[in-house]
Amino acid sequence: MKRNNWLELGVGMFMLAGILGLVFLGLRVSGLGVGVPNDTFTLTANFANIGGLRPQAKVTMSGVRIGKVTDIELDPKWFDAKVTMQLDSAYDGKLSNDSTAAILTAGLLGEQYIGLTVGGAPDMLHDGDVIHDTQQALVLEELIQQFVSNMAK
Amino acid sequence: MMRHIATLGRATLDIVSSIGRAGLFLFQSIFCLPSREGFHLWIRQMHFVGVMSGAIVLVSGLFIGMVLALQGFTILVSFGADEALGQMVALSLVRELAPVVAALLFAGRAGSALTAEIGLMKATEQLTSMEMIGVDPLRRIVAPRLWAGFVSLPILTVMFGVVGIWGGYLVGVDWLGVYQGSYWSNMQDSVDFVGDVLNGMIKSLVFGLVVTWIAVFQGYDLIPTSEGISRATTRTVVYASLAVLGLDFVLTALMFGDLG
Repeated sequence: MKRNNWLELGVGMFMLAGILGLVFLGLRVSGLGVGVPNDTFTLTANFANIGGLRPQAKVTMSGVRIGKVTDIELDPKWFDAKVTMQLDSAYDGKLSNDSTAAILTAGLLGEQYIGLTVGGAPDMLHDGDVIHDTQQALVLEELIQQFVSNMAK
Repeated sequence: MMRHIATLGRATLDIVSSIGRAGLFLFQSIFCLPSREGFHLWIRQMHFVGVMSGAIVLVSGLFIGMVLALQGFTILVSFGADEALGQMVALSLVRELAPVVAALLFAGRAGSALTAEIGLMKATEQLTSMEMIGVDPLRRIVAPRLWAGFVSLPILTVMFGVVGIWGGYLVGVDWLGVYQGSYWSNMQDSVDFVGDVLNGMIKSLVFGLVVTWIAVFQGYDLIPTSEGISRATTRTVVYASLAVLGLDFVLTALMFGDLG
């Protein structure tokens, strides 16, 4: 009977290790947040072209990560991409409403992300506001096309 | 000439009927309702099949993660993209290597043992005597082993993945000097819990069922001689490995095929 208890303890620890591992994979590896919902605020921005931007991409300011992209959809009114992002609530009401958002690339082949730059206007961005001044992703084919057509002139 | 054709036909019939037997066997044994007694049998098998396979899975996971980081670093650094190391290690482990390698190790470590154990029970006519005294061997012997394999392989896969990512961290960050923050944050940006982690889990559930099924069936269906046991053990490892690799391609095509 004694031996059986040890057996059950071993199996229990084994299954517990599996569950803990899955939690680790969820939180640490895939970055699932379990944060309180109101420690972020939401901004949207419309881009003419998002290139390879994907949900979960980071949003940075001066290179520091301050949030992530949560949703990308096509705006049926203007036929451009509407990007929804969640930023740390520490910056709620701190960014001026003429801030600009640009889609940047980490390194030559890296992941695309959004870089925010603050403007100088006295009014601030709050939850649900829209960033109007945006800069679309650099698409290599378009650059080459421009270059070639300029050469031809 | 006629004899050759007849042999071919017999071989085909044998294969088809053994597939049929395997299907019936799975169907009969997997629906044995758990009783208190069955639970204890299952625990004992979990210990043998799962816990005892832990060591080999952990050690292999650690080394595979370390090798992956080392190889990945030397390639990525020539593109100046060594910061994507965490992403590469985590994605390849979670999507492919953890389910597949854990299943292969599991087939070698636990599957062959299951086949040999049940095979010896059959050779020494323990299974027949169980039937004689009114105990269903499918319920008493096969079902706990089948369920233990089905439950423990996903757990082993998770452990493999976690240890592998840690091994990649050891080599990539502590030894080769990739910045720790970008190791984790690139990983978190690119790994999707549902798309990557849960799909890997689905894979390992399928592999767990298939590997244990093959192992237990080979043991139950073998010719009860010492040569039959050795053949069946070999067949278990060969069939299970082939099934895992083939199914992995099919599952990958279904899960990730449309990502381009």
